[in-house]
Amino acid sequence: MKPIVPKKNEPIRIGYYICHCGTNIAGMVDVEAVAKYVATLPNVAISRNYKYMCSDPGQELIQQDIREHRLNRIVVEACSPLLHELTFRKATEAAGLNPFYVQMVNTREHNSWVHTDRTEATRKAMALARAAIQRVPHHKPLEVKKVPVNPNVLIVGGGIAGIHAALTLANAGKMVYLVDKEATIGGHMAMFDKTFPTLDCAMCVLSPKMAAVGSHPNIHLWTYSEVAKVDGYVGNFNITVRRKPRYILEDLCTGCQECVDACVFKEPKFPDKFNLGLGKRKPVFLPFAQAIPPVVMIDPEVCLNFKRGKNPDGTHTVSDKCKKTCVQACGDRKAIDFKQTEEFKNITVGTIIMATGFQIFDAKRTPFYGYGVYPNVYNALEIERIINASGPTEGELIMRNGQRPKKVAIVHCVGSRDENTNRWCSRVCCLYSLKLAHLIKEHTNAEVYNFYIDMRTPGKSMEEFYNRIAEEGMHLIRGKVADVYPDPNNGATGRLVVQAEDTLTNKILKIPVDMVVLGVGLEPQPDSENLRRQFNLSCSSEGWFLERHPKLAPVNTFTDGIFLAGCCQGPKDIPDSVAQAGAAASEAFALIDKGHVEQEPNTAYILADECSGCKSCIPLCPYTAITFDEERKKAIINEALCKGCGTCVAACPSGSIVQNLFEDEEIFSEIDGVLAPVPV
Amino acid sequence: MTNQTKPSASGETWTPRIVAFFCNWCTYTAADLAGVSRMKHAANARVIRLMCSGRVDPQFIVEALAKGADGVLIGGCHPNDCHYVEGNYKCLRRYQMLKRMIADMGIEPERLRLEWISAAEGEKVKRVINEMTETLTQLGPLGLPQKFDEWDREMEHFAEHVAAREAATGSACPEHGGKPQTLETAHA
Repeated sequence: MKPIVPKKNEPIRIGYYICHCGTNIAGMVDVEAVAKYVATLPNVAISRNYKYMCSDPGQELIQQDIREHRLNRIVVEACSPLLHELTFRKATEAAGLNPFYVQMVNTREHNSWVHTDRTEATRKAMALARAAIQRVPHHKPLEVKKVPVNPNVLIVGGGIAGIHAALTLANAGKMVYLVDKEATIGGHMAMFDKTFPTLDCAMCVLSPKMAAVGSHPNIHLWTYSEVAKVDGYVGNFNITVRRKPRYILEDLCTGCQECVDACVFKEPKFPDKFNLGLGKRKPVFLPFAQAIPPVVMIDPEVCLNFKRGKNPDGTHTVSDKCKKTCVQACGDRKAIDFKQTEEFKNITVGTIIMATGFQIFDAKRTPFYGYGVYPNVYNALEIERIINASGPTEGELIMRNGQRPKKVAIVHCVGSRDENTNRWCSRVCCLYSLKLAHLIKEHTNAEVYNFYIDMRTPGKSMEEFYNRIAEEGMHLIRGKVADVYPDPNNGATGRLVVQAEDTLTNKILKIPVDMVVLGVGLEPQPDSENLRRQFNLSCSSEGWFLERHPKLAPVNTFTDGIFLAGCCQGPKDIPDSVAQAGAAASEAFALIDKGHVEQEPNTAYILADECSGCKSCIPLCPYTAITFDEERKKAIINEALCKGCGTCVAACPSGSIVQNLFEDEEIFSEIDGVLAPVPV
Repeated sequence: MTNQTKPSASGETWTPRIVAFFCNWCTYTAADLAGVSRMKHAANARVIRLMCSGRVDPQFIVEALAKGADGVLIGGCHPNDCHYVEGNYKCLRRYQMLKRMIADMGIEPERLRLEWISAAEGEKVKRVINEMTETLTQLGPLGLPQKFDEWDREMEHFAEHVAAREAATGSACPEHGGKPQTLETAHA
C-alpha cells in the first residue's frame, strides 16, 4: 500500500492516545483528565485513553481511527520511544500513513515511574502531551534509508564465548574475523582443570572447538592482535587490526617446537604466563600444548638475540648476539624472523561481537588474606593450574615448598559482595570453590574448609552438585574470613591460621591450615574502558559492557550491529557464556540474512537558497559529511555520510540547515508546549 | 523526595519549571534507567529528546527561558563518549558562552546547567534534577514572560506619556534641547 501523503492544504488532524500501561501509568497519572485536556487543544481530532496501547487491539485502535477519522498525525503518550516508537510507527504505516507522522511521549519512564505526587505527575503528562501536539503539525513524511549489511563478522576475544560465536557463524557460511590479544585462543577456560557441575575436564571439551576454529575455512584467526581502530556503523564497520610481532612467520611454522629444544637456554627459566608464573618457559615457547594456532612465539624481553629493554615506541631492537640455534633447528622452514614488525590489517565487517571476557580480582587488594605475602596463599586460578595434569606440577597438588597440604582453607567471596572492593556477586565462585574443594580432597585427601557468606548455587544441577560435595565430608563454615596470619606455634613451617566467625554458632574459629585458596571474583578486563570508547559502547557503573535491555535485549548494545557474548557483559559460567554467544551469533546472523539495515532518516540537509556560504558548519562535522561547492558558494551535506547528530544545525548562523525529525520549528514548538499553562 | 514548592507573591504555590535537553544515547537513556529503577525524583523537569547535546542550539535555551522556564538543564555523554565523536564538546563551548551571556542579561548563571550523564547513571539523573530543583527553588521564579509584559506596559505607558507631552507643547521635548530622547534619558 502506498503511504498516504496529506495534501498541502489538508487540515492537520491529530489522534492522541494515552496508555494506562495497566496501572504503570494510570496509577500515577490521571489519564482521563489528560485525554480530556488534550481534546481541547488545537488540531486534535481524537483523544483517547486505553489500557495497553502496544497490544494488538491498541494498535488496531490507532489504525481504525486513521481510516475512519482521516487522521494525519499520531501522538502516543506511553513508555519510552526507545522501547515502542517502532511499534507505533509500524502500526501507523500499516494503516497507510507515513510512519514519521508519529510522536511518542515518554510518560512512564520519565513520569509515572519516578514521581510520587499524582497531581504533579498529571500536570507533567499534560505538559509533555501538549509539546507533542504542538510538534507533530511540523512533521514531514520521510523515507527510511536502507543500507546494505556486509556479511563478514568481527569477533573480539577468543575465549569460549568468542569461539562458540565464531563457529556458529562460520558453520552458517559467514566469514568471521576472530581477533584475540593473546597468542592463542582458549581464554580462561583453557586454564581450568575441571568444570562444575559435571566435573568433566575443561580442555577435553574446549580443545576440539579450538582446533575447529583453527582449521575452519571461514574463520580468519588473528591471535596476538588487537583492534586498533573502529570506523563506520552497522552494516559497514571499517576495522584496523594491529598484529603484534611474534617473530615467527605463522604460515611457515609447523608447531614442531624443535626450535624450543634447540634454544641456547637449556632449561626453561622465565615465568610462564599461561601457568600464572608458577611454571617456567624458554624465550621461544608454545603458550601451551594445545594452543591454537599451534605456532610458537619469541619473547623479545628475554631472548638473547634482542637488546634488553624496549625502544620508546614499544618495539625491540635485534642485537644479533645469540648463536641462533633456533634458526638452525628450524632449517629450511625459515619460520623465524627476528625483524618482524607489527602489521596492520584493514577489514570491513557488517557486525561485531564483543567477547572480551573478564580478569580475576587481584587478591593483593584484600591484604588481610596475605596473598603475595605468604607463599602458601593462592588464588583459585593458580590452583586450577597446579591441579591440571598439564600444569607446572603435572597435576600434583604441592605447595611452593614442595609439600602436599594436609589442611586447606578455601575463602569464598574474595573481591565480591564487598563494599570495599566489588559489590557484585561474581556468580561462579561458590561453585568453583566447591569444585576445587572436591579436587583438592581427591588429589591429597586433605581436610578442606570452605568459608562462605551465603552458598549461592543457582542453575541446573548446581544444587545437586552442592549436596554431593557437602556429602563428601567438606567442612562448610558460614562466615567471612577476617584474617590470615602465620601460625604462631608453627610459623617457620609456613603454616597459617585462618580466623573467621562461624555465624551459625556465633563462635570465633581459628583454624591452622597449610594452604589458603582465595575464591577470587570476576572483574571487567583492565582494557575494557578503552574498548568501550573504541567501539562506542556503554558500561555499567561496575565497568561491564552494558546491554541494550537487561531482559529483552541482553546481547544487544546501544550501538547497532555490536553484540555482547560472555563475561564482558557480566560474570557468568560456561553454559551461560556459550548460550549468550549463540544468541549474539544469531542476532548478527539475523542482520546479515536480512541484507540491509534501515536507518533513521534523521539526517541534515542544507536549504541552498538560504546558505550564506560562511563555512562555519564544515569543521564541526565529525564525519566530514559537509563539503563546499566553490562555484555556487554553498555548503552541501552528503546524506550518506551524515549520521544525524545535528551539531551543524545548531551552529548555522543563518538557520539554513535542517535536521529531519529534529527541525528547529519542531523543537521550538516542544519548548513552547512544555511551558504552556495546564489546567491542573 | 517531593516537589520543592514555595509560595509566590500571589499566594499560590510556585514550583520551578525546568526544560531539559537530553541526548538520545546517554542521558535520555539514563533517565529511562532511572524510570525502570523507580528512582523517585522531583517532577519539575520536562525532557526534550535530541540526538546529541551538539544539537542544542543556544536559541533553544534562550527561548525556553523567555517562554517561562526557571532553568534549563542539558544532559550529554561524558567527554570522549559522545555517540557522534565530539558533539558534546561543541555543546560545552556553546554552554560556556551562554553562561556568560545570560549573566549579562541579568539571569543567574545557576539557571543553566550542563551535566555529563552516561546511560548507566540513572542515579545521577535523579540527583541532578533534585539538586537543580532545589537551587531554582532557592533562586525563586525567573518569570521572564511576566517581566516582558511588565516592560511592554512600561513602554506603552511611556509612549503615551511622550505623545501627551508632544501634543501639549506642540513640538519635540524642550527639556532636552530638541535632542532625540533615549530610554536612559527618559528614565532619568
